[in-house]
Amino acid sequence: MSSTPLAGAPSPEHHVSSTFPASATALDLAAERGRARTAAPPPVRSGRSGPMADRLFGWAAKGAALLTLALLIGILISLLAGAWPAIAKYGLGFLTSSVWDPVQDEYGGLVMIYGTLATSAIALLIAVPVSFGIALFLTELSPAWLKRPLGIAIELLAAVPSIVYGMWGLLVFGPILATYVQQPLQSLFDGVPYLGALVSGPPVGIGILSAGIILAIMIIPFIAAVTRDVFEVTPPLLKESAYGLGATTWEVVSKVVLPYTKAGVIGGIMLGLGRALGETMAITFMIGNMNQLNSLSLFEAANSITSALANEFAEAGAGLHQAALMYLGLVLFFITFVVLTLSKLLLAQLKKGEGTKS
Amino acid sequence: MTTSERLLQANALARTRQSKFAARNRLNKIALTLSLAAMAFGVFWLLWILFETVRLGVGGLALSIFTEMTPPPNEMGGIANAIFGSFVMVTLATFVGTPIGVMAGIYLAEYDVKGWLASVTRFVNDILLSAPSIVIGLFVYAVVVARFKSFSGLAGALALALIVIPVVIRTTENMLQLVPPALREAAYALGTPKWKVILSITLRAARAGVVTGVLLAVARIAGETAPLLFTALNNQFWTSSITEPMASLPVTIFKFAMSPYENWQQLAWAGVFLITAAVLALNILARVLTRNKL
Repeated sequence: MSSTPLAGAPSPEHHVSSTFPASATALDLAAERGRARTAAPPPVRSGRSGPMADRLFGWAAKGAALLTLALLIGILISLLAGAWPAIAKYGLGFLTSSVWDPVQDEYGGLVMIYGTLATSAIALLIAVPVSFGIALFLTELSPAWLKRPLGIAIELLAAVPSIVYGMWGLLVFGPILATYVQQPLQSLFDGVPYLGALVSGPPVGIGILSAGIILAIMIIPFIAAVTRDVFEVTPPLLKESAYGLGATTWEVVSKVVLPYTKAGVIGGIMLGLGRALGETMAITFMIGNMNQLNSLSLFEAANSITSALANEFAEAGAGLHQAALMYLGLVLFFITFVVLTLSKLLLAQLKKGEGTKS
Repeated sequence: MTTSERLLQANALARTRQSKFAARNRLNKIALTLSLAAMAFGVFWLLWILFETVRLGVGGLALSIFTEMTPPPNEMGGIANAIFGSFVMVTLATFVGTPIGVMAGIYLAEYDVKGWLASVTRFVNDILLSAPSIVIGLFVYAVVVARFKSFSGLAGALALALIVIPVVIRTTENMLQLVPPALREAAYALGTPKWKVILSITLRAARAGVVTGVLLAVARIAGETAPLLFTALNNQFWTSSITEPMASLPVTIFKFAMSPYENWQQLAWAGVFLITAAVLALNILARVLTRNKL
């Protein structure tokens, strides 16, 4: 404080901190939100050479931002370099070959890629309607006093570490699923073509279906939170006009809110998909880690990119095995990158059209 | 058309309208019931998971958990080394990741609000924020572990730090943008240099929000397992050297939960309880800190 250039004047620091304690200005701050965003940053004194400290601080800030960029590029390069032996040997054929044999040193990624895509698809199938229902409930139905606690409960669901889901899924949920869902389904569909094949296999509570269900529980909070947020940006005027014409709540949501927020909702779903694709621990617990692609069965143990990495990478010696795993990691990164980029673009599109609210 | 015919027609019209209205109402009721069910479905899992975690975890809690090392199968022991390892790596990662994240957040909010570098950084940051954490592990393995030919706590901490950075950048930027420009302008009018305005005024006004971001980041990395699997690996013994493989709570839980041994699973449940309690407590604390802003 003593180093303030205006030694004679009352210190600006002191003044500010006593007039605007961070907590008391919270509401003001929120109100200023829109303005702060649009206001241009105060001009930097670029004309005359600023004090050294000023320039150093600016460089440090810029350096930190550049570091983030470097990080992404570094990840790409290191994965490419690590995977290079496998890329050079198999090329894109790696993606369609289902051989994974560390003993013969022969690798193909189809089993894992299929496992990752299948579990994510199941997860989306369950999570999307549920998240939509939750968002509908939180924006249109819930009494005001319940909104916050329920919203927090859903967000806490997102905070639970994935290893907790994994252990709970393996030791608590899996056995229950096997006894009360898988076995009845099997006896029900026994002999039915296609459906019977879908539910064949040992009903032990681990496999593609179980992993997909756990994934669904894990991504519901993400999709629900985004969907709720985009539902809330629908201008009240639009909704009230529809209500004024006598529309029911469901009609308002399905014919006004949903078309208005379509891009945002899809963006939220993509975000959830990105999570599901990259989720590691819960899948590793639940999928059973078997490199097979013999049947279409959803009960059969399988493997995913992430669980293959988690299980094999530390033990894989340097060489083709490790390179093949790196290749899988690169494929995973590429898929999630595309999905997340799409999600960003869709969410940005909604933001552009909305205009009034942040 | 006679009056009676007209009346009949009006009647028929009213009836179809009424039945249409009833159908719409029915559909509405079904949809709202389903929505209520979805909400219950979501909360149900949270409660079930918390219930099982407490039920199975509390039973295993004993003083020995905090004082003894991870045991071999079927012997008594604790998870003291894992708790310590987690603590060391999370602390290191937080201290490495926070300054970088805060500085980058400052750059986005104060220096370059609309430039191309800022847009690119924001985009990249969002990608990193949701990138699979196991890929971060692969990266650190390739850059650190493969080079020094040894798994180490340091590599684990670095992997976690890379997860901290995007979380902190995001919250710092958002929180700084909430600071009213008048505050900055007042300080500039007094001739305060920019770095001082940022450090002593804007950052200070956004303090609670930035701390929240750090807390959320800590909560996130405390439960991260995937990036530690092949960076810090695991260690059966107590080590305070960060150049050696280091045990961590999540990795120990992973190993113990997958094992068939009763006592290992018991310890894993105790660990799960500790982690869940810590993560949820951090999250709730973060929410309390910024109750009015988020």
